[in-house]
Amino acid sequence: MEQSSKQFTGAEILVRCLHEENVEFVFGYPGGAVLNIYDAIFHQDKFKHILVRHEQAAIHAADAFSRSTGKVGVALVTSGPGATNAITGIATAYMDSIPMVIISGQVPTYAIGEDAFQECDTVGITRPCVKHNFLVKDVKDIAATMKKAFYVANSGRPGPVLVDIPKDITAHLHAFEYPETVQLRSYNPVTKGHLGQIKKALKLLAEAKRPMVYSGGGVVLGDASEYLIKLVQALNVPITSTLMGLGGYPASDKNFLGMLGMHGTYEANMAMQECDVLLAVGSRFDDRVIGNTEHFLSNPRTIIHIDIDPSSISKRVKIDVPIVGDVKSVLADMLDLIAAEKPVQNTVALADWFKQINEWRSKKCLSYAQSTEFIKPQYVIQKLHEVTKGDAFVTSDVGQHQMWAAQYYPFDKPRRWINSGGLGTMGVGLPYAMGVQFAHPDAQVACVTGEGSIQMNIQELSTCLQYNLPIKVILLNNRYLGMVRQWQEFFYENRYAESYMESLPDFVKLAEAYGHVGMRIENPSDVEGALAEAFSPKLKDRFVFMNFLTDQKENVFPMIPGGKGLSEMILAENL
Amino acid sequence: MRHIISLLMENEAGALSRVAGLFSARGYNIESLTVAATEDPTLSRMTIVTSGSEAVIEQIIKQLNKLIDVVKVLDLNDGKFIERELMLVKVKATGAFREEMKRMCDIFRGRIIDVADGSFTIELTGSGNKLDAFIESLDKAAILETVRTGASGIGRGDRILKV
Repeated sequence: MEQSSKQFTGAEILVRCLHEENVEFVFGYPGGAVLNIYDAIFHQDKFKHILVRHEQAAIHAADAFSRSTGKVGVALVTSGPGATNAITGIATAYMDSIPMVIISGQVPTYAIGEDAFQECDTVGITRPCVKHNFLVKDVKDIAATMKKAFYVANSGRPGPVLVDIPKDITAHLHAFEYPETVQLRSYNPVTKGHLGQIKKALKLLAEAKRPMVYSGGGVVLGDASEYLIKLVQALNVPITSTLMGLGGYPASDKNFLGMLGMHGTYEANMAMQECDVLLAVGSRFDDRVIGNTEHFLSNPRTIIHIDIDPSSISKRVKIDVPIVGDVKSVLADMLDLIAAEKPVQNTVALADWFKQINEWRSKKCLSYAQSTEFIKPQYVIQKLHEVTKGDAFVTSDVGQHQMWAAQYYPFDKPRRWINSGGLGTMGVGLPYAMGVQFAHPDAQVACVTGEGSIQMNIQELSTCLQYNLPIKVILLNNRYLGMVRQWQEFFYENRYAESYMESLPDFVKLAEAYGHVGMRIENPSDVEGALAEAFSPKLKDRFVFMNFLTDQKENVFPMIPGGKGLSEMILAENL
Repeated sequence: MRHIISLLMENEAGALSRVAGLFSARGYNIESLTVAATEDPTLSRMTIVTSGSEAVIEQIIKQLNKLIDVVKVLDLNDGKFIERELMLVKVKATGAFREEMKRMCDIFRGRIIDVADGSFTIELTGSGNKLDAFIESLDKAAILETVRTGASGIGRGDRILKV
C-alpha cells in the first residue's frame, strides 16, 4: 500500500496538514530545527507565512487572528529559545481560552536528552499553559497528530495546543493521508445542555424580582452573541459583561449596564451585588470580576451558570443551577423554551428593579473632569470611538489605557475588542493589532497602548513595515507605568517605586526610523484633528504612531480596591 | 477528608507528569500516587490518595477529567471499595531479635522474603493504617529501611472502572 503511494518528507506532510485545515496565515520565525519545515513552506503558496521579529509576537499575532475571526491561529517557532520565547504568548492564549496550534521544532530524536544545541524540554515547559501538547516521534504520526491538535484546540473549551516535532522527523519519508475524522476516547466535550436544568433556569429567571445577566468571554468564543441578545430582549433583563465579553452584547443597548468588576461601572457592580437571580453565561467569577468572594456571597442570590467547562462551575462560587454545555446551544434551547412556554414575568418587580438601576446609572460614574491644559486619556478614547464610528477593531496592552479603552469605547459587535484579560500580558497590543489587520486587511485597527507596554514588543514596528500594515497606534503616554502608579498612590502612600518611565525614546522619530508616520499630540484641542487625520483616506494605507502626552495623574475609576466587595467602589473625586 | 481517586489514562509518555503537574500547579495534596499499565497495554491505571474539602475534591475530579489523556475518573470514596498497599521493611534480626521479628511478622500476616545474617526483609500488604500499625509496633532501632508503594484501590462488587 504505502509503496504505491507518493512519499513526502515530514515537513511536506506538515505543510499539507495545514493546507487541509485551510490555514491562511502562519506566524513564525525560522531556526535550525525548523529548516526543513521552512523549506517546505518555501515550496507552497496556499498559506502565507508572516515573519515576526520575536517569537512572542508570532504567538500573539496568531492569537489575535483567532480572537478576531474565530478560526484557529497557527504559529511556528524553532526549538530551544524559539519555544521559550513563545511561552508568554502561549500562556496568554491559554488563560483566555484561544484556539491555537503552535508548531515547535525540536532537536533530532537521537539527540533529545543530551543537552543538544538549542534543546529544551518544550513539551515539559509548555505543559501547564497548553490545553494539550504532543511530541511527534515518528513521521507516520504527523498527520494524525495535526488532526488531533486542530480538533482539540477548537472544540470544547478552546485553547492552545502545541506540537513539538524533532528535526529528523521532518526529513523522514512517508505517504500523506489526512484523517477525515478524529475520535479520542478520552476527550468528548459536552455540547448540549441538560434540558431539565435549562427549564429550571428559565423558571427562576422569569420569576425573579431582580434578575441579572453576567456574560463573559465564552459568549464571544462560542459565537453566541446573537442568541444572548435575543434572550436578554425576550426577558427584558439587565446585562453586564466582563472585560473579555465586551461586544458580546451591544454596549449601546439600553439593557447594557457596562462592564463590571474592578473597574466596572457603578450600576453594573451594584446590580451584580443586589440581584436575586444571576445568569452567568460563559464567565467564570474571576477575582477581578466579583471582588471579595465573601462579600459577594454575603448577599444571597440564586446563581445559574452556563459554561462548556465543568471545572469552571462551582470553582470560586457555589452554583445553584449548573448547565454544562456550549453557550450557543444552551441559549438556543432557552429561547425555544421561551417561545413554547411564554413564561409569565413579574413585571412590577422588574420595573422597580430598572428604576433602581437607573438611579445607580444617574451617578454617571464614567464622567471625568475635562481639561484644557492636559489631554485626558478618556477623551482620546471617546474621540477614537467617534472618528472610527465605533466600528474599529481595538487591541490594547495592559494597564490603565486598557481599562479606559474598555470603559470609553463601547463595543457593539463581538470579536472587536482584543486584549489579554486573564494573564494580563503587557506587550500584546502591537502584535495583536498585526494579527487582526492580517485577518481583516480593510478594517480600521487601533492599538491602544501605554509607553510601558508598547516597548515590550516595539521591534514589531519592523514587521508592520514589511507587510504594510496600516495599524494606528494610540499611545496614551503619561510617562508612568500608570496602573502601578495608581496603586502606589492609593495603597503605598505615593511611594512611586520604579513606576516612572525615564529616558523614553522620541516615539515620532522611532516610528519614522521604521518607515512609519509619527505624530506627537500635546494639546487637548489637537486630539480630534490628529485622530481624524490618522484615519483619513490620506493615511489609510499607512501605519501611524500617535504619541498622546496625557495627564500624568489621571486614575481609572470606579475602582474596587483589592480585597473589597463589588459595592465598595472608589469613585472619581468629581462624583 | 482523605479520598482515593482511581483513573484510567492513555499509556503515553508524559501522561504521569500531566497528572502530577496538575496537582502541584493547583496546590492539591498528593499523599501517594501509583501507576502501572493495565491488561490493556494502551491504558494506565493510576491511584491517587489525596485530601481536601468536598469542594476541593470536586475540583480535583473535574480538573482530572479535563486532562486530554484521562479516559475515566472515579472517586472510590463515592462507594464501597478496597484499599491495599505493599510495604517492604528491612529489620535487624540478630540474636533474640530474630525470633521476635518472626513473631511480629506472623501477627501482621507478613512474609519474610529475604534472610541475611543480621537482617530480615518483611513483605506486608494491607491498608495504609495496617502498615502504619506494623511500623509502630516495631522497635524503632530495629528498622533499617522501609519502602511503601502507596495505596491501590478497587471498588467492591459491581463497581468497575473500565473503558
